[in-house]
Amino acid sequence: MNETNQTNGTPKQKETLISVRNLKKHFPIARGIFRRVVGHVYAVDGVSFDIRKGETLGMVGESGCGKSTTGRAVLQLLEPTAGEVFYGDQDLTKLKSGDLRRMRRHMQMIFQDPYASLNPRMTVGSIIGEPLDIHNIGTNNERRDRVQELLALVGLNPNFINRYPHEFSGGQRQRIGVARALATNPEFIVCDEPISALDVSIQAQVVNLLDDLKSQLGLTYLFIAHDLSMIRYISDRVAVMYLGKIAELGDVDDVYDHPLHPYTIALLSAIPVPDPDKEAIRKRIILEGDVPNPANPPTGCYFHPRCSHRTDICSQEEPLFRNLGTEQQPHYVACHHAEKFK
Amino acid sequence: MEHLLQVSNLVTRFHTEGGVVHAVNGISYTLNEGESMAIVGESGSGKSVGVLTLLRLIPMPPGRIENGEVLYRGRDLLKLNNEEMRQVRGREIAMIFQDPMTSLNPVLTVDRQMTEMLRVHMGLNKDQARERAIEMLRLVGVPNAADRLHDYPHQFSGGQRQRIMIAMALTCNPSVLIADEPTTALDVTIQAQIIDLVLRLKEKLGMAIIWITHDLGVVAGMVDKVIVMYAGYVVEQAPVRALYNKTSHPYTLGLLQSLPKVDTKRERQRLIAIEGLPPDLTIKANHCPFAPRCRFAIEQCWQELPPLYEVGPDHYSACFRWEEVNAGMRS
Repeated sequence: MNETNQTNGTPKQKETLISVRNLKKHFPIARGIFRRVVGHVYAVDGVSFDIRKGETLGMVGESGCGKSTTGRAVLQLLEPTAGEVFYGDQDLTKLKSGDLRRMRRHMQMIFQDPYASLNPRMTVGSIIGEPLDIHNIGTNNERRDRVQELLALVGLNPNFINRYPHEFSGGQRQRIGVARALATNPEFIVCDEPISALDVSIQAQVVNLLDDLKSQLGLTYLFIAHDLSMIRYISDRVAVMYLGKIAELGDVDDVYDHPLHPYTIALLSAIPVPDPDKEAIRKRIILEGDVPNPANPPTGCYFHPRCSHRTDICSQEEPLFRNLGTEQQPHYVACHHAEKFK
Repeated sequence: MEHLLQVSNLVTRFHTEGGVVHAVNGISYTLNEGESMAIVGESGSGKSVGVLTLLRLIPMPPGRIENGEVLYRGRDLLKLNNEEMRQVRGREIAMIFQDPMTSLNPVLTVDRQMTEMLRVHMGLNKDQARERAIEMLRLVGVPNAADRLHDYPHQFSGGQRQRIMIAMALTCNPSVLIADEPTTALDVTIQAQIIDLVLRLKEKLGMAIIWITHDLGVVAGMVDKVIVMYAGYVVEQAPVRALYNKTSHPYTLGLLQSLPKVDTKRERQRLIAIEGLPPDLTIKANHCPFAPRCRFAIEQCWQELPPLYEVGPDHYSACFRWEEVNAGMRS
């Protein structure tokens, strides 16, 4: 279950910015008047991946698969239960709180809900300027200039600096969230479903903005979403999560055109395509049942109760996360029968 | 031929402290027996208010139905008294909503909620009602229906709850099923299950469907015709193939171009966003509502409201420049 061999094996590839190794986040379930711990929700249960400098790693999965928890655990907004997160050569999970705080200016986050993530009592200027305050960057005048520069960068009028969030539409608020994330000049941004609360016609505006900013500022993204079409559009590589684990990880066109995990195959077939002629000939795989409870995951391969390709081994042994691609273009999959789908 | 449902020139406004909200500005459409239709639009387009108006489910005040006619089997629903209307809702025209958790009563068992309706509308006794409820739950694919009938809504998953909503909507054999974004809160694999279920039930029971959604993808594979709404107006109406192949309104075109395609390589596509902001519904514009965001807008678009032009068989577009939009689509 790790990607180390691959990263050591290909020194020619782009430099790795973030390395996540066997990351776990379990939430205790407490019951009764003494809040006795009666079990755990295995929200993230051993994921390993690398994010290369300048790339967008897409992370997709259905609700409850642990994609947002992974994003937060990478940034240490949630303390991981186990595992390591290397930023360059520093293990973020081992940093003291002061050192971690100093690291935070390099890694920021954009949140899903542009209504809940902006304080309604703060002006746009103080919202975007707050990270500068916290990290003691610049004088008051310099901060004001920087905030105006950021507003212009995300396509808002710099004179809006004294307005309040309620004066903006959903798409504009998300731009404010983007400006706040950019304030400290970070290298790495976790985008946690940044467009799913927006209307279709506004989604494209925000995605184009994020894409432009990436090339303009040389950013690296971990882009979390449940919209598979959008993930294909924005990502260089993609990780498909299911029940706290990564089912498949590889180059985005590779995974979408030649999926190797039955879950990815079903997921891709389930997306409706806006074209009636294609819809008429597409074969849809309807998965049985629901996603199992992450507090009580199935034995063996977590996907086996819903999988039409399951055999005996699937309920007994957990599949390895192995590379079925090439060394230059690795394609990882956790399925006993992945060869069948090649 | 007489239509099952004929909506003409429906106008709904909300008189709020912040001004008059022009939610629905004169929409007209027809629905035939067994036909499936989608109403597509973004938030604030009037797609939900439009159907809530025809069932008279909007809160009045502040809402007010200012104009229009809703003929269902020849009777104007807007003229019925409350008791007559109650006989139509659920029995003739049933509705399922976006969020199954908020539409089910959390403190009553599924049994109570399903049998109540059967006893009121169909006059069944307790045992008959229970039997019918179990039959319906089986039909929508809830496993162990007889046992699960006594569970509370929170004991079911999101997909199962939506199945229960569908079962409840179909218990009285309605002629029209209105589904207001029924899959938006669900994951794609569950969405596929629900769409599959509704299409199978439509075949089996032969009801007409109005499917309200913001997702042009969902619509492509499942309905006969589509209405696209913007700012309370119908901007395009077309048979489903024509809407995608002969798109004739700039807004529809913009929606299609701003969607990434899952089956197309990244380098081969570019998202073309619709610029600008959603419309302010408190201002009643006397020009084309889409003009401020439109790539095709000319002087005329700012001076008058475009009528619905017939651009093909059963295909209408409210755009002065529909021919150019249509031509641009093909190139």
